[in-house]
Amino acid sequence: MSVVEPVIELGRGLWRTLSSMFERPVTYQYPEQKRPVRPRFRGRHVLKRYTNGLEKCIGCSLCAAACPADAIFVESAENTDENRYSPGERYASTYEINMLRCIYCGYCEDACPTEAIVLGDNYELSFGSRREAIYTKEMLIEPVWNASQTTPQKTPRGMYTRSVPEMKNAHDG
Amino acid sequence: MDWITWLIWVIKALILIFALLGGFAYLTLYERRALARIQTRIGPNRAGPFGLLQPIADAVKLIFKEELTPAKAYRVVFFLAPIITMVPSIIIAAVIPWGPPEPPVVLFGRTITLQVADINVGVIYLMSIASIAVYGIVLAGWSSNSKYAMLGGLRSTAQMISYELTLGLGFVAVVLLAGTMRMIDIVEAQRSVWFVFAQPVGAAVFIIATIAEVNRAPFDMPEAEQELTAGYHAEYSGMKFALFFMAEYQKMIVICAIAATLFFGGYLEPLPAFITNISWLSWLKVENSPLLGPVYMFIKIVVLLFGLIWVRATWPRIRYDRLMAFGWKILLPLSLAIVFITALGVLLVDEFGNNLYLGVVPLASLAAGLVAIVVVDRALRRNVYERR
Repeated sequence: MSVVEPVIELGRGLWRTLSSMFERPVTYQYPEQKRPVRPRFRGRHVLKRYTNGLEKCIGCSLCAAACPADAIFVESAENTDENRYSPGERYASTYEINMLRCIYCGYCEDACPTEAIVLGDNYELSFGSRREAIYTKEMLIEPVWNASQTTPQKTPRGMYTRSVPEMKNAHDG
Repeated sequence: MDWITWLIWVIKALILIFALLGGFAYLTLYERRALARIQTRIGPNRAGPFGLLQPIADAVKLIFKEELTPAKAYRVVFFLAPIITMVPSIIIAAVIPWGPPEPPVVLFGRTITLQVADINVGVIYLMSIASIAVYGIVLAGWSSNSKYAMLGGLRSTAQMISYELTLGLGFVAVVLLAGTMRMIDIVEAQRSVWFVFAQPVGAAVFIIATIAEVNRAPFDMPEAEQELTAGYHAEYSGMKFALFFMAEYQKMIVICAIAATLFFGGYLEPLPAFITNISWLSWLKVENSPLLGPVYMFIKIVVLLFGLIWVRATWPRIRYDRLMAFGWKILLPLSLAIVFITALGVLLVDEFGNNLYLGVVPLASLAAGLVAIVVVDRALRRNVYERR
């Protein structure tokens, strides 16, 4: 039995904290210095486009059906070849997500048949009122790569009849 | 006694009060930064350079907060309790000497002592004011009419009264060594050797008792966040809460100043003699440049405060029954033994006229401290054994 053992233990505790003072701080100086998010991070939603600029969303409302928090509201309208937003018959004329209700579970992502809605990497959501918390289609949709790709587009007849793209071999990414 | 003497008193008192208030503000920043570094964080560094404006931002925030009074609180006492807590924490600093009496500091043709009140029973003043502080806390806990606040107040009363005995005996050891109760003479008596070396265990016991007296971790029972939300000030908000906060931190500063004065040589230079005896460094001696006294005092206070913060960052809160057992069964007998040993040493020196007998004091008190550690160790082991 060592008498000074408790004292040594107390001293070891003190030494541990003192030595950690000289370690490099783990802090990220947030607004200036951001940590990249993880690959599967679920942040704010993004509505994706095909490479030609057409919207992937076909207004099927499956995301709204899958949403456990009932945060998504979709209204669809008919596509024509003169005014084409997305391949196939219909597109989402209204697409709203209430960010106060959304729980970022990612079920909408899973439910989407065209992979149109994706939970992105933006976590800097702030709003001053309940109304501002409702993100509309204009806020959610991905920007186009150049000005000629804005929707609606005028497309050749009979080119975009499939609303859901053909399945290829499954792969992640 | 002309009016200029009064003016000097008022100015000195105001300087001390504002130094304490400013010290409180920057102590919060110091503590937050030091704790952050210990936890490998950076701490508040946004408001101003190195976060130096953070206390001002905090003050503005607290001023604009809503002040709530619980519906069934005893309003008069509820209002007075923060004041009763705050005032002793400031006035206790009055007797602390900040500089040597010789050579005198002369300003505008007047000698100025670097002390607000040079009373010959300074130690008794310190003890009496230190015991007033408990009233504010227990009244705050009682008048809030809340269970958490009440429990916090009661715990704090029990704890502060228990540890006050040890604190008082710690003072007694110093008074015996110095042979005086006047604070300046106590500091001057440490010119040859600081009392922390003459009475190391006494200093340790004193510091433990002061930590318990100002309710700091690991003795922060009255405001144990995890058990009592905030303890005695659970129902306070806004500036009333800020007063408690201020009182706590000012008490920390003052208690470190007292510990520095009693055990760490007060305003004396914290440098060994072989450095200050070098001729071109002799201005570092406090008797050559008395205005360095406050600077040395400041350095010692900052170092001691770091000790308090360090301990808070390291050790967990002690359980309440163990706190009481430690106070009554270990610290009180130990401090009695220390007073006895110190008195014996002083008596031996008087009897045989040889200062070497003072060496009995640190050796015997170290032995007493060792016995105390053994007792704690055995008590803890016995509990483990019985539980099996």
